[in-house]
Amino acid sequence: MMIKCLARFFSIFILFLWPTYAFGQEIRYMCYDTVECAAFTKLMPKFNEKHPDIKVKIDIVPFKAIRETLPVQLAAGEGPDMAALTDLSGLNEYYLDLRPYIDNQYWQKSFGRILDWYRDGEGDDRGIYGLHTQLTLTGAYINKTLFQQANVPIPVLGSSWDEWARASKKVASLTDTYYPMALDRSGHRFMGPVIAYGAQVFDGDKVILVDDAFAAYTDKFVSWFENGIMAREIWAVGGTTYKDARREFVNGEVVFYFSGSWQVKPFDAAIGGAFDWVVVGSPCGAGGCTGMPGGTGLVGFKQTKHPEAVAKFINFFAQEDIYQQLISITQNIPAHKAVAEKGVDYGGMSDTASRALEAWTGEVLKISPIAFRLQGYKYSQALFDIVAKRITQAVVGELSVEQAMMRCKSDLAKALANMN
Amino acid sequence: MSTMSKTKVFFLFSAVMRLVEFPFRLFLKCFGMRNVAWFFLAPNLIFFGIFSLLPVILNIAYSLTGGSEILLNDRTYIGADNFSDLLQCEDYMDPNSCKEDLFWRSLSNTTIFVFLQVGMMVGFALITALILNRKIVARGFFRSVFFFPVMLSPVVVALIWKWILQRNGLLNAGIEYFGYEKILWLLERNWAFFWSVFVSVWMHMGFYALIILAGLQAIPKDVYEAARMDAARPFVIFRRITLPLLMPTMTVVMLLALIKGVQTFDEVYALTGGGPGTTTTFIIQYIYETGFAGSPRLLGLAAAVSLLLACALIILTTIQFIVKKRSANG
Repeated sequence: MMIKCLARFFSIFILFLWPTYAFGQEIRYMCYDTVECAAFTKLMPKFNEKHPDIKVKIDIVPFKAIRETLPVQLAAGEGPDMAALTDLSGLNEYYLDLRPYIDNQYWQKSFGRILDWYRDGEGDDRGIYGLHTQLTLTGAYINKTLFQQANVPIPVLGSSWDEWARASKKVASLTDTYYPMALDRSGHRFMGPVIAYGAQVFDGDKVILVDDAFAAYTDKFVSWFENGIMAREIWAVGGTTYKDARREFVNGEVVFYFSGSWQVKPFDAAIGGAFDWVVVGSPCGAGGCTGMPGGTGLVGFKQTKHPEAVAKFINFFAQEDIYQQLISITQNIPAHKAVAEKGVDYGGMSDTASRALEAWTGEVLKISPIAFRLQGYKYSQALFDIVAKRITQAVVGELSVEQAMMRCKSDLAKALANMN
Repeated sequence: MSTMSKTKVFFLFSAVMRLVEFPFRLFLKCFGMRNVAWFFLAPNLIFFGIFSLLPVILNIAYSLTGGSEILLNDRTYIGADNFSDLLQCEDYMDPNSCKEDLFWRSLSNTTIFVFLQVGMMVGFALITALILNRKIVARGFFRSVFFFPVMLSPVVVALIWKWILQRNGLLNAGIEYFGYEKILWLLERNWAFFWSVFVSVWMHMGFYALIILAGLQAIPKDVYEAARMDAARPFVIFRRITLPLLMPTMTVVMLLALIKGVQTFDEVYALTGGGPGTTTTFIIQYIYETGFAGSPRLLGLAAAVSLLLACALIILTTIQFIVKKRSANG
């Protein structure tokens, strides 16, 4: 009697609280890059034509949601069916292996070693998890007009950081420009120059991060802030906040700006004919003239109720003709070998932007193996966060360079101990 | 209304009432009249249990674990290691000598911030309340003006001040107009700290001024009249009458401001991001970044700091409770 009574009592509440489920093959894609999200939306009718039974909902979210909310959702078994992300191997444990649903040989041939960036990095993981929707590369832009106005010769390709710093400082003082140089506040951006300076980052299978070359570049980097060469506004912030100098460069307040290939489209739109800008790639050092590769990947997640639909969606955009169109809209460097070899028709783009993209494509050949390995390193995000945090402290004078190096080492040891 | 419509409304009303009554009747049938209080307490108890008690228990559990996994089941039990890591220091006055230097930096920043913010806040709130208590022109308007920032979202406040303080902001435009060089208000360590305190005081002062104003108005007028008849000067009246009679209110204000100051996060985070470096990183931001924003997510360490902070806040609240009780007892 009592049990019956209780059952009736609680069934009333359950009736009210019971969630409503949507039926059918609807999959959700969490997207953060507005340009790329728009490109996917534009190409969606083509996908729907081929797969009318699959409905894809694109949720545009801030990048912070991808970095902070998505991992928590996935750990709780929730979250979207697919997402675009930049921490490529960091969330590997949640990825859907696409191999049962796709032509493995085609993917291997088209994306080659980039597929490693999505893998676990340990053991014998041969899974295919993500479509690299844009290959990016870090490197520098200069405001060519300022060099012309100052009548200072542009350093030749292959020049060192010191040569660029001297030239930029001269241009800035002659043209009354606010900052000679700027470098995005991000560990990823910082690591390119460090590797070019000769840092090894790895010692065999072990990540060491700090070595003499790393410390030497940091020392130089900090001194540039003290001498007013680097833009203080970009690095003198707190926490792990990412900050770029796009606005400053667009406003003609920076002579030399170290950022990456993804800036081409925004620069083309915002600068227009206001001044001439060119890509000069990465300054050189003992470790070559490398930047850091990177980019965004589209991955599916294991917990999806429609793995086949997710794989079909990702595979559709990996096909040469569709991928070509996607890259043409987003105006990025293609990661697809055949598309890269044939070249992309970036219709509607200015000559300056076309030349910039050509220059970036050429820079891909200069990527150091260390930089390539670091991008695929499972805990690279932790390493980048440590670098950004501790180098900032050295920049603002809270720590000496020596102390910052020691903290980088101890933070790395702590992070690895917690993640392994 | 026609009789027909009245009848329809009546039937509808009875149907709704029966529907509402049904779970209550069922409860009475199952548990009897003696337990009826639980029926009314249950929603609150369930709500409190799920959203207050359970997180506290989870927080304690997390603080005893290590690793970067998110779910408690997957995490490793490490005992009090998080607490010992936090408290491991060669010299407590030098954060660089501590194992968790960022924790000590944020703790030291919070202490200085609270000390300055509470001092300035209470001082300015008192002056504002004293002025607003006088018969000045447009008194109601000025009361609203001072209270207005309290109603704004902290992020909105921070953005407004960011527009004023950034390199090409309003303040620097004014400075340049008078021929001086721009100052990077939010990028120089001392200035960034000063503006964090200032903006926080500006935002919250109206609330505390209002409490003090209520306290001022509760002081009997005849005491002032007697003092004036004795030819007491205004400053003497303030020191000998206003201040002592206002003390219970001032204590409450001070303690409330103290607790709020320790919890400061949103407006400063939106204004400076905790920078330059860690200059304006306070304890709540440290917890947020350790547990959620950085990689790896050290939830155990963040939970341990939360517990330490909770202990500090419990001590402050207890003091407030005792002081309130004493002042109520006269």
